[in-house]
Amino acid sequence: MDKQTKSILLDPLYVKNPITLQVLGICSALAVTTKLETALVMSAALTFVLVGSNTVISLLRNRIPGSIRIITQLAIIASLVIIADQIMKAYLFDVSKQLSVFVGLIITNCIVMGRAEAFAMANPPAKSALDGLANALGYSFILIYVALFRELLGTGAILGHELLQPVKAGGWYSPNGLLLLSPGAFFLIGLFIWVQRSISPKLQEEA
Amino acid sequence: MGFSNTYIVGFITLLCLVCSLAVSSMAVQLKPQQDINKELDVNKQVIRVAALVPADEELTAERVTELLTHVKPRLVDRKTGAYVEGDAKAYDPKKAAKDVAASTPIPDEFKGTQVRRLPDVLRIFEVTLPGKECVVLPIHGYGLWSTLYGFIALKPDASEVVGITYYEHGETPGLGGEVDNPQWKAQFPGKQPLDAQGKVKLTVKKAGQAAADSPYQIDGLSGSTITTNGVDRMLKLWLGENGYGKYLEQVGGAR
Repeated sequence: MDKQTKSILLDPLYVKNPITLQVLGICSALAVTTKLETALVMSAALTFVLVGSNTVISLLRNRIPGSIRIITQLAIIASLVIIADQIMKAYLFDVSKQLSVFVGLIITNCIVMGRAEAFAMANPPAKSALDGLANALGYSFILIYVALFRELLGTGAILGHELLQPVKAGGWYSPNGLLLLSPGAFFLIGLFIWVQRSISPKLQEEA
Repeated sequence: MGFSNTYIVGFITLLCLVCSLAVSSMAVQLKPQQDINKELDVNKQVIRVAALVPADEELTAERVTELLTHVKPRLVDRKTGAYVEGDAKAYDPKKAAKDVAASTPIPDEFKGTQVRRLPDVLRIFEVTLPGKECVVLPIHGYGLWSTLYGFIALKPDASEVVGITYYEHGETPGLGGEVDNPQWKAQFPGKQPLDAQGKVKLTVKKAGQAAADSPYQIDGLSGSTITTNGVDRMLKLWLGENGYGKYLEQVGGAR
């Protein structure tokens, strides 16, 4: 693996993470992370859309007229999102019901358009697909981290399996309801940003 | 890079064609599977609202089929309340509501529900499981952004609410979307839908304004006044004489 490919693949996971460093896609990161299951499905849907849109847009990059490039990207992204949504409604009905509007809102997720505009418009398909995958993984990584703690500390379970037995069920753990509300997700993302920038001071922005 | 206007128009037209083709072919292909899911989900909701299983029990497709043997769809005449013969399983009230010959325009006072026409024949589900007898009534009406579809289950003589549920809506998650919230729905069981004269008394009040000891009042969701008003309106419509009222009058005659 040459240096550039490595950086395309690894940077978005940590030093250029779309959520913690570019602070994009926060809305869905708050909304779908009360349970690990929905976070996983949302991650899969975003990965599908991001890899797909980056590939398609990169294939067309020399043919897309500059004056209508944004609407072109949007049309491609929107189509992929609807396809993802339809597939989920057919095969993952319960989860898709919980995700409700947030799958549709992938269309407006800044990460998707950001990568299309910043990377896929200027790079060949294979690299663009890789870039899409890497950014989707960076997003998924944060989503899973947030969901893991929210579900575990908020309900005492992971993927529905009880790990910390809550008081209500006769156990000792008193679930922290705050984590199930949106501020809980903010705290977790904030903590991550703090820890990350303390470990790697070069990521800190100029005040 | 200069592109001619003709190229740009041609490009975007072609793109739209390809995209719409991809989306629609996908939608058509997946439709049967989605319909199965939807039907299963609706059946699950009927079982849940009638409280046939404990709230925390997972419902598998087999269990649903088994329990459905105790659920009997029936057709009733909206204007008289009498049973109507016919294939209740195949009957589609949504379709009937669009058929001018088989429906009536909604009275002006209920325009807010955005239900345009009421079918003359309604479908209900009678639950015959011993000890759990009840009748499940489909309801729908407009909230803030969307039409909410759901069920309300009443004791067979309409003396008490057994439960309420919404299976399809597009309200704001976290606010109006909380009509799905089990804690909110838990207020309904035990309330009285009608008074002795058969008037609809079940009311969803503004959040915090319901009297705790009232047999008729439900506390609304805070931050979702319009959605809860919608719920209130649709209860008034469907439980009243324009909805299932006549039927309820017949079955609750002894009251």
